[in-house]
This record gives sequence, structure tokens and C-alpha cells, in this order.
Amino acid sequence: MLGRLTLDAIPYDNPIVMGAVLFMVVCALAVVGGISHFRLWRPLWSEWLTSVDHKNIGIMYIVLAIVMLVRGFSDAIMMRAQQALASDGGAGYLPPQHFDQVFTAHGVIMIFFMAMPFVIGLMNLVVPLQIGARDVAFPYLNSMSLWLTTAGAVLVNLSLAVGNFARTGWLAYPPLSELHFSPDVGVDYYIWSLQISGVGTLLAAVNMITTILRLRAPGMTMMRVPIFTWTSLCSSMLIVAAFPILTATLAMLSLDRYLGMHFFTNAAGGNPMMYVNLIWAWGHPEVYILILPCFGIYSEVIATFSGKPLFGYTSMVYASVCITVLSFIVWLHHFFTMGSGADVNAFFGITTMIIAVPTGVKIFNWLFTMYRGRVRFTTPVLWTIGFMVTFTIGGMTGVLLAVPPADFVLHNSLFLVAHFHNAIIGGVVFGCMAGFNYWFPKATGFRLDERLGKISFWCWLVGFYLAFMPLYLLGLMGMTRRLDRVDNPVWHIYLVVAMVGAGIIFCGILAQLAQIFVSVRDRVALKDATGDPWNGRTLEWAVASPPPFYNFAETPVVRARDAFWQMKRLGIAHRELPAYHQIHMPRNTGAGFIVGGFAAVLGFALVWHIWWLAIGAFAGAIVTAIAHSFNENRDYHVPSELVALTEARYLQKRLQEA
Amino acid sequence: MDRLSNPGVRGRGIVSLSGVSPVGSDMSADRAFLSSRVLRRMAAVAALAGTAPLLGGCQVALLDPMGPIGAAEKSIILFATALMLIVVVPVIVLTLAFAWHYRASNTDAVYAPEWEHSRAIETVVWAVPCLIIAALGTVTWISTHRLDPYRPIASGEKPIPVEVVSLDWKWLFIYPEQGVASVNELAMPVDVPVEFRLTSSSVMNAFFIPELGSQIYTMAGMQSRLGLMASRVGNYEGFSTNYSGDGFSGMSFTARAMSAADFASWVKNARAAPGALTLASYRALARPSEDVKVRYYSAVAPGLYHDVLNQCTGGGPCRDAAMSLAMAKQALGANFSLCSPADPRGTP
Repeated sequence: MLGRLTLDAIPYDNPIVMGAVLFMVVCALAVVGGISHFRLWRPLWSEWLTSVDHKNIGIMYIVLAIVMLVRGFSDAIMMRAQQALASDGGAGYLPPQHFDQVFTAHGVIMIFFMAMPFVIGLMNLVVPLQIGARDVAFPYLNSMSLWLTTAGAVLVNLSLAVGNFARTGWLAYPPLSELHFSPDVGVDYYIWSLQISGVGTLLAAVNMITTILRLRAPGMTMMRVPIFTWTSLCSSMLIVAAFPILTATLAMLSLDRYLGMHFFTNAAGGNPMMYVNLIWAWGHPEVYILILPCFGIYSEVIATFSGKPLFGYTSMVYASVCITVLSFIVWLHHFFTMGSGADVNAFFGITTMIIAVPTGVKIFNWLFTMYRGRVRFTTPVLWTIGFMVTFTIGGMTGVLLAVPPADFVLHNSLFLVAHFHNAIIGGVVFGCMAGFNYWFPKATGFRLDERLGKISFWCWLVGFYLAFMPLYLLGLMGMTRRLDRVDNPVWHIYLVVAMVGAGIIFCGILAQLAQIFVSVRDRVALKDATGDPWNGRTLEWAVASPPPFYNFAETPVVRARDAFWQMKRLGIAHRELPAYHQIHMPRNTGAGFIVGGFAAVLGFALVWHIWWLAIGAFAGAIVTAIAHSFNENRDYHVPSELVALTEARYLQKRLQEA
Repeated sequence: MDRLSNPGVRGRGIVSLSGVSPVGSDMSADRAFLSSRVLRRMAAVAALAGTAPLLGGCQVALLDPMGPIGAAEKSIILFATALMLIVVVPVIVLTLAFAWHYRASNTDAVYAPEWEHSRAIETVVWAVPCLIIAALGTVTWISTHRLDPYRPIASGEKPIPVEVVSLDWKWLFIYPEQGVASVNELAMPVDVPVEFRLTSSSVMNAFFIPELGSQIYTMAGMQSRLGLMASRVGNYEGFSTNYSGDGFSGMSFTARAMSAADFASWVKNARAAPGALTLASYRALARPSEDVKVRYYSAVAPGLYHDVLNQCTGGGPCRDAAMSLAMAKQALGANFSLCSPADPRGTP
């Protein structure tokens, strides 16, 4: 009846896990209680969960990302504490079975459920506004993408309470991830959470590409598209090209595990090396999927706050496209030590280095954007400058690792761990934080508290260097990754410093949460009535903050690269129009949310081999989608009077502010 | 430094000093030699990370190699880092300098609100990274070929073959020429190239001795190869760098580089060990176990490594024999059994 699921699946005997579960339950109860107390169930359902508005969906993606950041960071601090405690002869507090789950969950959560939703959330929030569109091309699909991603995140968190998570490392290399060596449900949770969220990500990218290619305002030629939108396009192209590889690879692994096939097994002609190649053929582009939109964010931030157009826009576009293409021919650098011939290793080493050229050009372009500018040191700018310094170091160590003979000694060492955290924290996390602070007023109508924002930045920056510079050194000393105990007093001090660094990053996260709390509390004082709090250059600043649900009362006409900047110069921004037209908008629908719910149940049922439930949930998801396709009542027209009223109110507020 | 010489420390990448010092060397000369080495090392790391003060005087395995492969790799790391610093340092300095000089409050600075393009600057910013990457790419091409793990090490000495099997969670070393085997201890004479042939009994691992250089994966049913050589006597810790399950953290071994005479006596000692490595004792050894102690085998069943590699220690058909059989069947279209010299037990 319940497949492999029994009461034994709940780890009652593990106080750490039970504590975490209790914490999650308390948080969930607090949220449910709060919603009930303030009678928010109806607005939550009708304005958020069923929303097809790209702005609301973007915000929900970011909420998911922040929640998962806290979860993934808890894993990080547990690892740092374990290594610090278990490097001086002690055993630490985590047995290997638990420690191995922690580092696997940390990687999976941070990449798939923190970085991806953050980046896709910002893309959702900003791209339609930057190109002068009313919404994305497929609003209902957008809602479904969000809820599929959320379903994956729910599965990962559920694995904490019911069963366990994979103990394989975040890429689940076979044969370790095969049934023979990992017979429990951990790898199955891994597979299904990634499969479900992967479909969501793929659909989100299809949506984004269509939106950017088809819904740009008149006059916005490709070489007038804002850089963030450009990099979002590149990133979405990469998703569409790379995620099917992940889906197919994990599908083959699940065939091995569920149906006794032999794609990647040791026996019967399987070949684990194929998995390693395939997973990195997705995995390397994935790095650029995350970083490219962040490069876009830095470009927007540095241009806006330097009061200048981005230096070398054309170079920037070509550099992004170069990176997009090159990212597909470098995957082998993740396993130079697998015994490929020297020609193959050298080829992939050199292609990897070539990516440093367009990336270097980007850094120079940001530099020269500040040159002869008027740089305002707001929180987003601090994140950007912090990124430029930090990422340059991460890039250098990355190129070093791309030299095969250097990689022969640095591979899988803590030097490698330090390198990719250097690139992902210094590149992706800093970028997301810059974007979060930059676009927050656009999304909500009030700015974030600058003081707490800066405290958060400095904590993250100092914490990052303290946490990861010792890891570079430990790597050079020969310490490898994923050790649950070290037993080496000389390394102890470095691991303690790294733990202190993680603690300082934790202060940064607390400051960020406090920043959100304080800003919501002081939202009247921090109000942005102008819609353009930073003296922006691109179209998202041309509308009110938060934008009306239809975004633009009238589709703007673009005549220059920095479209809004030019409108301001010509004095045609924020004009009251002589007449307003009715606006065609999509209706909210619960279908995406329901499909996501069925997908989560489907994943759970597959993990535990509850076949009747799996069939039921799969059928439920399909029937919901088909039923929705028969729903003819999915759009409506906003009357012109309502548009006129909304716009008049906004313009009046602007005047008062001025 | 003194803490390092503590023989009780079982640390990765730590060389016990007693192993490093040549026997009978003058202590004070030795100390002077060491401190100058520490200085050099610190300078090298300062160039690499700018965090020399953190280091104190401890051993940095990769920057203090004990063999020619590791030494070559160290020089590539330092060269590549130095080459990249040519562009990295100015970028970091300019970032901070521009940000400060062009801060909004500094109204003395030039403000060019429309300036967004300069052909000269753009040419330079594309050309400089291109030149550096061209130089580094050339070095990469040459060094990757020169340091290919499969390439035999040039030496006047006849190389010693060693067969390596990664097991859950320990290392088995078979010396086919000496006819002995050991678990979690690798002995090698200095200045003699060692040719490793490696495979795995179960999951993937990677074989690595930081002081000696290159690592390589071990995979079941497949053989990888690696050439290493130690040029100084010492005990170096080796381990797996590829996570392989619960016992991974304890999966370390000692690589003992010793004089030819010591190696001969090591072999003699192993030959006097109580048990031989037969198929049965291999099966017992292959069962998962953690933190396994060093042990020796006085003899090795012929073809054992072959059987591990071809996944027939369990008694089934060996892979190579099965493959030959399949090919023969395909070629001849007949159903027959094959007697292969590679499969002494015959295919059932």
C-alpha cells in the first residue's frame, strides 16, 4: 500500500535532524497561523498562488530562493563546524552517514533551489519591464514553472523528515549512486527533485526566450536590448540546450535504479564515465546559466550608479554570446584526471582558458564604465565592486585549474572548493544581492534600508575571504574535499578560521533578513513615489513602483539604447497621455499551482515506490493541464477608465514628490 | 615545524621530518636549509594568495614536491599564476582606484556622462587577455603532453610496475615483479620510476600522493595508468580524492620512498608475512571496511589483478574472455565455448 514507506523512515533517533524538522514545522505553523490571523488566505490564493503576473511570480521565486539560502547555509555551517571540530583528534558531532548527506544537500540546494530561483526570479521580475512588455509570452506556463521548481524544493526538504537524502556528492556520480551502492531512498529523492524542478526551469527558459525575441517594444532592436535582458536571453538559451541533457542523464540513472538497466553500472556493460561526461555537459553550462544574468545585473548597476552608459555595450553583447557558445565545449575540464589522452586534456584546457578572454573584457568594461563617472556608493554598487575584486581572483584560480598539469594536483582539493565558491559566491550570490537591492524598490514601491544593506555586504565580503582563503591554502597543502574528519592538528587552525568566516557570513544573512524586516516596517519613510529611485536608464524605471499589473499603460517606443534615459533627456518621460486604451490581460489560474502540487506528490510516490499514488498524481497533473487548456475564460480587458485612473494617481504622486 | 615531526600525527600531506632528513646530516645545517626552504615557500605562497602570514612555517605539500612530476607541476602553477597576475593585479587596483577617484562626492574628477566607447581601450582590453591566454595556452599544450600521466618517466633506472586496486575503503598494492602485495602502504625506491596500473573493485576513487604529483581516477572494469617517481626519502601520505562513501575519510595510505637497500628489505619483510593474497583472501579483503591497518601478503595469486580488472573475482566469466567469445561468435556464427589463456578458469 505504501511501498517502501514505513514509520522507520522518520529518523526519530537523530536529534540534529529532528531539531531541524521541528524548526521547519514551527516555521510552517507560524506562517499558517499568521496567514489565518490576518485573514490572508483569500488574497494569498487569488493574488499570489494563482497569479500569472510575472512580477508576482518573480517575487515568489526570490522568496523561495531566500528560504532555501537559509536551509543551504545551515548545511554549510554544519560542515564547517564538523571539519573544525574533527580536525584536532576529535570525532566531531556528525557521523559520516549524516555528514555525507549534508554536503550533498548543500550543493544541490544552493545550485538548484537557491541560485537558480534567485536568478530566474530576477529575470521574471525585470525582463518584461526592461523590454516594455505587459507580461511574459506564456503567463500560465510561467506560473507552472514556478510551482514545479517549488515542488522540487519541497521534496528536498521532505527528505530531511521522511527518509534521507543522497550521500553521493551533488552530482551523484555512479557507480556510487547506483542501487548496489546506494540502496536507500536518498538518490531517489535527488533524482525526482531535480527532474521535477528541471522541467520547471526548462519551461521558464522557453518562456523567457520567446518573451525576449517576440515581445520587445517597437524600436528595441537587438542591439538596443538592455544588457541584463541580453544575458537573460543567453542564459535561457543555455538552459534550453543544457537541461534536456540533465533530464536524460537522470532518466537513465533512474532506469538503472528502478528497472535494473545498465547504463552506468559497473556490471553488464554499463559505463559510469558516460554519466560523468553527460552530467558535466549539462553542469558546465549550468555555471554560466547562473553567472551570465548576474553579469547583466552588474552592468545595469554600474551604469546607473556611475551616471553613464555602459562602456563598450557591443563588446559586452559579443562577450556574452561568446561565453554562451564556448561554455558547451569545456566540460571535460571537470575530469582531466580520468585518464583522457594529452590531446583531449590540452584541447579542453585551452578552450576553458579562452572563456577567460570575454570574461576579462567584461571586467574591463565595468572598470571603464566607472571611469569618468559619478559613482554613488549605494548597496548595489558595493556588491558590484566587491564582485569585481573577488571574481577576478576566482577567475584566476579557475584558469589555473584549467591547466591540466596544475589540475592533476589541485583536482578535488579544497583549492577547487575555494575556487568555485569564489566564483559562485563572488559572482552569483553577490550579483543576486546587488539585483535584489537594486530592483527591490521597483518590485515593492519602497527602498531597502541602506545601512543594514551595507552591514550585510561587509559581513558577506569579510566572511567570504575568511571562509575560503584558508581553503585555498589547505588545498595547496593537499587537503581533499568531503572529509568528515581530518585528524591533522596543523590544518585545524585553518578550518577554525574558515568556520569563523562562515559565522560572519551568517551575520551577513541575519543583517539581510533584518534589512527586509526593517524596510517593511519603515516602508512609508522609504517609499519610492517616483518609480525611478536611482535615476535609472532602462524602461523598468519608466513606470510606477510597484508597476501597475499591466506594466505599461501604453507600449513605449524605443529610440535609443538607454531608452528611459533618452526619454528623460527629451522630456517625454512620465507624460500623461491624451487618451488611454483598454488593455488585454491574462486571468489568474490555479492550474499551475495544482500541477505543481501533483508533481510533488508524484515525486514522493516515486521515491517510495507507492505506485498507485504515482499513477494517480501523474494523471492528476495531466488532467489538470488538459482541463485548463479547455478553459476559454482566460483573458480579459482592463477598461480604459481604470487605466486612466491608475496612471493619473501615479503621476499626481510623482508631482507631489517633486 | 616541531609539531610536524611528531610521529603520532597521521596527517594528509605531512612529511615527517625524520623521513626527510638524510641520515647523519648535521642538524644545524639541516635547520638552516629548512628555514631557507620555508622562506622560499612562504614567498611562493605570498605570490599565490597574498596570505603568507597565515601560513606560519607549515608544510605546503604542492609547493614542496618530493619528485620530478610534482616539481614540474609546481613550476607550472607558479608560472601560470605569475602570468595571470600581470592582468589580475592591475584590474583589482584599477577597480578600487576608479571607484574611489570617480566617487560622486569628488566633483573635481572629470565627468563624461555620454562617454561609452573608445576603440583604443576596447582593442587593448580584448588584446591583453588574448595575449596572456595565447601564452598560457601554449604552455598548456606543451606541459599537458609532457606531464601526461600515461607517459613513462625518463630515467636510466628500470621502472617498477605496481598494480593498484581501490577497495571499499582501503588501497591494495600488488608488486607483480616482487610477487608481494600490501594494503595501505606503498613502498618505492627513490629515483626509480614507478609505473602504476590502477583499477577499482567497486566505486570510483582517485589515487593521489600530493608530494609526488599527479592523481588519477580508479574505475571498476577499467584501467588507468600513472607514472610517479620520488626523489627524496620520506613518508608521504596518499589517499583518495574522489568521494566514495562512508569510509572515504579513512581511506589513506602511506607512500614510503626509501633507498634501494631499504626497498629490498621491505620486499623481504613482506615475503615473510603470514598470508598470501589468494582469490579467497582477496574476496575477504574486498568486503567494505574502514580505517584498515597496514598489512602485507607474502605472495599473490597469478592473474589476480587481471581478474579484478576484468571483474571476475566473484567467479563469473572475465570481461576480456567474454568479449573475445562474443566477437568470435559474431565472426564465426557458431555457439562454442572459448578457452582463453587470459581466463585460466575457463568460461562456464
